Amino acid sequence: MTVSDVRLRSQAAASGRRRPRALGRRIQRPGVYFALPAIVLFAIFFAYPLVSSLWQSLTATSAGVTRFVGLDQYVRLFADPLIGKSLFNAGILLVIQVPLMMALAVGLAYLLNQSWLRFRSGFRVLHFLPAVTTLVAYSVVFRVMLATDGGAINQMIGLVGIAPVDWLNNETWARVALIASITWRWTGYNMVIILAGLQAIPAELYEAARMDGAGRWTIFSKIVIPQLRPVLLFTGITSTIGALQLFDENFILTGGGPSDATLTPVLYLYKVGFRQFDFGYASAIAWLLVALTALIAFVQFRITREKS
Amino acid sequence: MTDTVAARPASTPLSPQPGRPSALSTDDAPNAPWGPRLLRGIRHLPVYLVLAVGSIVSLIPFLWMIIASTHRTSELFGTPLPLLPGGELMENLARLQAETNFGRVMVNSLGLAVAYTVFSSIVSMMAGYGLAKFRFRGRGVVLGLILVTMMIPMQVLLVPLFQMMASLGWIDSYQAVILPFVASAFGIFLMRQSFLDFPDSLIESARIDGANEFRTFYRIVLPVARPQIAALVIYTFMTQWNAFIWPLLMLNTEDKYTVPVALNTMIGLSRIDYSGLMLGSLIATLPLLVLFLIFQRQFIAGLLGGAVKG
Repeated sequence: MTVSDVRLRSQAAASGRRRPRALGRRIQRPGVYFALPAIVLFAIFFAYPLVSSLWQSLTATSAGVTRFVGLDQYVRLFADPLIGKSLFNAGILLVIQVPLMMALAVGLAYLLNQSWLRFRSGFRVLHFLPAVTTLVAYSVVFRVMLATDGGAINQMIGLVGIAPVDWLNNETWARVALIASITWRWTGYNMVIILAGLQAIPAELYEAARMDGAGRWTIFSKIVIPQLRPVLLFTGITSTIGALQLFDENFILTGGGPSDATLTPVLYLYKVGFRQFDFGYASAIAWLLVALTALIAFVQFRITREKS
Repeated sequence: MTDTVAARPASTPLSPQPGRPSALSTDDAPNAPWGPRLLRGIRHLPVYLVLAVGSIVSLIPFLWMIIASTHRTSELFGTPLPLLPGGELMENLARLQAETNFGRVMVNSLGLAVAYTVFSSIVSMMAGYGLAKFRFRGRGVVLGLILVTMMIPMQVLLVPLFQMMASLGWIDSYQAVILPFVASAFGIFLMRQSFLDFPDSLIESARIDGANEFRTFYRIVLPVARPQIAALVIYTFMTQWNAFIWPLLMLNTEDKYTVPVALNTMIGLSRIDYSGLMLGSLIATLPLLVLFLIFQRQFIAGLLGGAVKG
């Protein structure tokens, strides 16, 4: 802003009515400039592909010719056993892995929040460490440790007399291995979020409850958990979406096998899109993912609103 | 989507504030009959035990990475397992280099992550500032769209972006890896939240002093937001360092691979070099580990993506 600008403004101020408009416009324009790079990038690399993907989900390509097929690709989704299987696998993660990890994270955070605890920051760092690993790298490490013949984990359980487990080639054990790996990677991450939530609970609440003679369990279930609700909701939803969109871990650990026991929707999308190059069907799978994610978000929204 | 949690007042993410002991204590027996310290010690023992087991479980894969990358592959599956680092580090490193040109791969990963972080952070900071501190036509729409963007899984974009890059002739290029994701809805949102609290009066007085808008932004606003920017930078760096599916689709030449893509290739070999693979994983983890140990607080704030600030 130059001196003449200032003079203009004072003139505008003198003329009364015009001032707010002139000032308003002056303040407006830079805002657009600041946001412009982001808006342009989003238009090119987000809005356009999104529309393109929606359009392609309504088309099919055969022998190099792409034609409009209406909802045929979506009808295909319902008849495709692999869609069913990948959703079922994601469902297993939702029903077993997410609650298991959440329970562990809440428990550990609760222990770490004890006022008398020593070495707290040490424990916290150690538990958080897995969250620092690169997804592909930790999956590789687990894959090597889970090897059937002489793998580190089979040798460790061998010490207590358990026979070697064929972790990655048996449908059930492959799922167990995947669940264990993801739980290892993400528990500390969620624990830290929950711990922050615990520390935000006002001390008076505990004192009041104690004065009323509440026991440890009552305090935990009647005060801690309800107070943690928004944090638990957040971590729960993030983990749910993470399970739905899982790719790196199962791609590296099992490649989706054995017999598609660890196939997830995104891995299936990858295979359909970039191994079979069936872009139309891959786009339909993508929009199924959008719908499911939106559904989860909607449920979260409803639960949050119910509370307030 | 994270509104309920993100709305908390900002402070350090997880260090228990000094002078404010954790509110929770199971030590509610001030009048224990005898030897209160001993009794307490016994009662606390299980807690330490649980935390110790948890710590060990967290550590084992790290320790195994270190041990495995310093031994021969045959030793990794032999009985008994090696429990201490061995002397094969240099041999493994040489093989890793020969198999995947890993030095080059590391440079690629670092370069891409740094470039992506610089571009994406600048775009996020600018857009966040524009959306927080200015009123302009369409601002509400842009804000709403950014929130929607955060809700839409990026996998939807894979097919059309792949086609776009193919028609641009950008497949197997570095710009194809980073450019599509430079505008990060999440980063913009994070920056907007942190600029919202910045006092308008400071911006206004800089204007009156004759500073232009970009100078005001650069000299007055940014320095104040340094902690949040640190968190953003770490988050952004980590996003690109971890990125797998998109670089996997874009990069075809081994000399252009990033670390995750190179590790994936090693798994696909008919004779897997397990020691080399473990060494590669260790090297891939090291930069993040170092970042974490130095910038613990910002690292966690960045990783949690500002989900919890209080």
